[in-house]
Amino acid sequence: MPESRNGLNAPCSLSEQRSTKAPTGIAGFDEITRGGLPGGRTTLLVGGPGSGKTILALQFLVHGAQSCNEPGIFVAFEETSTRIVSNAESFGWNLAMMQPKSLFFLDAQPKSDLVQSGDFDLGGMLAALEAQSQEMGARRIVFDALDVVLALLPDPATKRREIYRLHDWLLAHELTGIITAKAGGDDASSIIQQPFGFMQFMVDCAVILNHSVALGVSHRNLRVQKYRGSGFDENESPFLIGNAGLEVDIAHARLRLDAKVSNERVSSGVERLDTMLGGGYYRGASILITGFSGTAKTTLSGAFAEAACQRGERTLFVSFDSDCNEVIRNLASVGIRLDHYVEDGSLLITSARSIAGSGETYLVRIKTLAKEHGARCLVIDPVSTWYKSSNDLTAQSVADRLIDWSKGNGITLVCTSLLDEMSNRTESGSPLQISTLADTWIHLNYLMQAGERNRGLSIVKSRGTAHSNQVRELILSDAGVTLTDAYTAGGEVLMGTLRWEKERAERVAAEAAEATAKLKRVRLDAEEAELEVRLKSLQTELIAKQVEKALLVRVTQSHEGELSRGRTQMKEMRGADAATAHGEESTP
Amino acid sequence: MNRRDLFKFQLYVAGDAPNSAQAIDNLAAFCQAHLPDQYEIEIVDVFREPKRALAEGIFMTPTLVVLTPPPVRRIVGTLSHAQTVLLALGLKDLTA
Repeated sequence: MPESRNGLNAPCSLSEQRSTKAPTGIAGFDEITRGGLPGGRTTLLVGGPGSGKTILALQFLVHGAQSCNEPGIFVAFEETSTRIVSNAESFGWNLAMMQPKSLFFLDAQPKSDLVQSGDFDLGGMLAALEAQSQEMGARRIVFDALDVVLALLPDPATKRREIYRLHDWLLAHELTGIITAKAGGDDASSIIQQPFGFMQFMVDCAVILNHSVALGVSHRNLRVQKYRGSGFDENESPFLIGNAGLEVDIAHARLRLDAKVSNERVSSGVERLDTMLGGGYYRGASILITGFSGTAKTTLSGAFAEAACQRGERTLFVSFDSDCNEVIRNLASVGIRLDHYVEDGSLLITSARSIAGSGETYLVRIKTLAKEHGARCLVIDPVSTWYKSSNDLTAQSVADRLIDWSKGNGITLVCTSLLDEMSNRTESGSPLQISTLADTWIHLNYLMQAGERNRGLSIVKSRGTAHSNQVRELILSDAGVTLTDAYTAGGEVLMGTLRWEKERAERVAAEAAEATAKLKRVRLDAEEAELEVRLKSLQTELIAKQVEKALLVRVTQSHEGELSRGRTQMKEMRGADAATAHGEESTP
Repeated sequence: MNRRDLFKFQLYVAGDAPNSAQAIDNLAAFCQAHLPDQYEIEIVDVFREPKRALAEGIFMTPTLVVLTPPPVRRIVGTLSHAQTVLLALGLKDLTA
C-alpha cells in the first residue's frame, strides 16, 4: 500500500491517511520515507540552528492544506507567526489564502516578562488546540521548537511528563504531528544527552537534519533515523532550501529505471564528428568532453548548443567560467552564432561562478533552471568545478545524479571536464570519475610536434555506436569547427604544418603521376594507329592473294576439263565401250 | 503602589489537574495573607472555555493573570513561591 502512494503530489483522501502515510510534498523526501510521514503518529525533527526544521515542518502543513485536504495547525514556540508567514512568502506559498481555515498559526512563545512561580503544565495549550482542531477539522499539527517551552520546566521528570502528555494527546486525536527540537551544535546525536532525548525513542519516526560546512562550503543533509512500521532509505540524503522550499536529492536512481532509451541521433554540431560517431550523439545520452584548458572544450559544446538551437530545441548552457556575453563573443569568433538564439529565448546561458555553493546547490539550481526553461539539451561547462568546491565524494554523487536525472528526463547532456595539465592524471583518471557513467567520452588533447601545438580529438568511448578509432585534428577557424583527416606517418598522426606539407607532397606526387599516365596514353594511341594501318595493308594484300588463288583454281579446272573432254571424244571416235576402255587405259 | 488598590485576578486552570488545584489553594492562601479584602479571583477552566484561553494566549496552566492594578502581568505555575509572586505584584518592600 505505501508503495503505491509514493507520488510526490499525489492527493490523498482523509480515510486513507489515517491508516497509511501523510505525504509531505517535499521532492525526494516522500521517496525516502516511501510515501511520507506516519499518518496519525508523531515525528520528531531534530537539527541544529538553521538546519531547516521550521521550513520542513511548514512545508508539510502547506502541502496538507493545499493538496491533501488536510488542514493543519502550526504551534510556534520560538518565532512569531507573522515572521514565519513573511519568511514563507519567499517560497511562493500563499499562506494568507489558507489562513485560518486550512492553516492556523498559534503563537505560543513564552513572553519575555513572564514570571514563573512553581510547577506548570501544557494542559491549557492542549485544551485550546483541541477546540481549534475540532473547529477546523485539523489532521496535521506542528510543534515548532518545543525545547523553548520545555526549558521553562524545572526538572527532567516534569519535562518528560509534559512530552508524554503531548504525545498521548496527539495519538488520542490521531493527528499527524511533527515536533521539532534543537540539537546541540551541529552534532545531531547530542540530543540524546539532553533531558528530552528520550523523545527519539518515544516517537514513531525521527528525522535528523544536519548542516555542516566542508572546505568553506555549506552542505545540508537529512537522515531518517527511525520509522516504525515502514521501510525507509537509511542513508544521509543531501537537501537544499530552494525557491519552492526543501528539495531532497535521492541518492538511488529510481528515475533512471524508467528512462526511455532513444535511438534518435542528435548532431554534435560538427559534421565530421557526427560521421566519426556513426551519426551523432544519442538523444538523452550523456557526453563527456575532457581536455586541458584551451583544447576547445567550450567550443565543441557551443557547437552542440548551436546545432540544438538550429533544430529548434530549447537548450540550457551553464557556464562556470565566463559570463553569458563572454560565451557568446568567444564562440562567435569561431563562427558559432548564439546571440540570436539567446534573443529569441530558445537558448538560455547562465553563468554560475565557481566561488560559492556546493555541488548540491548547483545541481538543484541547474535542475530547476532546466525545468523552467523546458530544456531538451543541456551543456555544463565544466563540471570539474564541482570537484573544486566540494569534496570528492559529494562531487561524484552530484555528477552521478545529474546524469541519472538528465537520462530520466530524456535530456541530452554535454559536460566538459577540465584536466589539470600540471597533475599526473592520465586519461583514465578523469576527475569526478564520471567517465564510467558517460555514454560518449570525447577526449581533446594537445599534440606537440615539430614546434607546434595542435588540437587532437579522439573518441575514447561511445556506447552503442560504432565509432572511429582515429585521432583527428580539430581546426578552429572563422568558418567554424572542422575536423581534418589524419595523416599517419611512422606511427604518428601528423598535424598542423606537418600535415600541410604532407598534403602538398601528395598533391605534387599526384600531379606527376597524372602527367606520366597521360604521356603513356598518347604513346599507346600512336602505336595503335600504326598497327591499324599495318592491319589494313595486310588485309588488302590478303584479298589480292585470295583473288590470285581463285584465278589459279579456275584456270586449272578449265584445263582439266579440256583434257577429259578430249579423251571422251577420242574414245567415241575409237568406238570402244566404257568398260574396256577403262581396262585398256589401266594397262597401257 | 497604594496598599488599598484592588487586585483583580484571573486564574486559568486545567480542570482538576494537581498543579492547578495547588495553584487555587496557593492563591487563596496568598491573598489571605498579603491582600486581605483587596482581591477578586476568577477561576477559568481551560477545558470548559478553551476558546477563551486561545484568545488570551494562555498555553501553560496554571496561569495567573493580574488585571489590576496595571500593568497586566502573568505569573505561570503553582504559585508555590510566595516571594516570587510578591515581587511580581510589586509588594515585596511592604512585607520585607
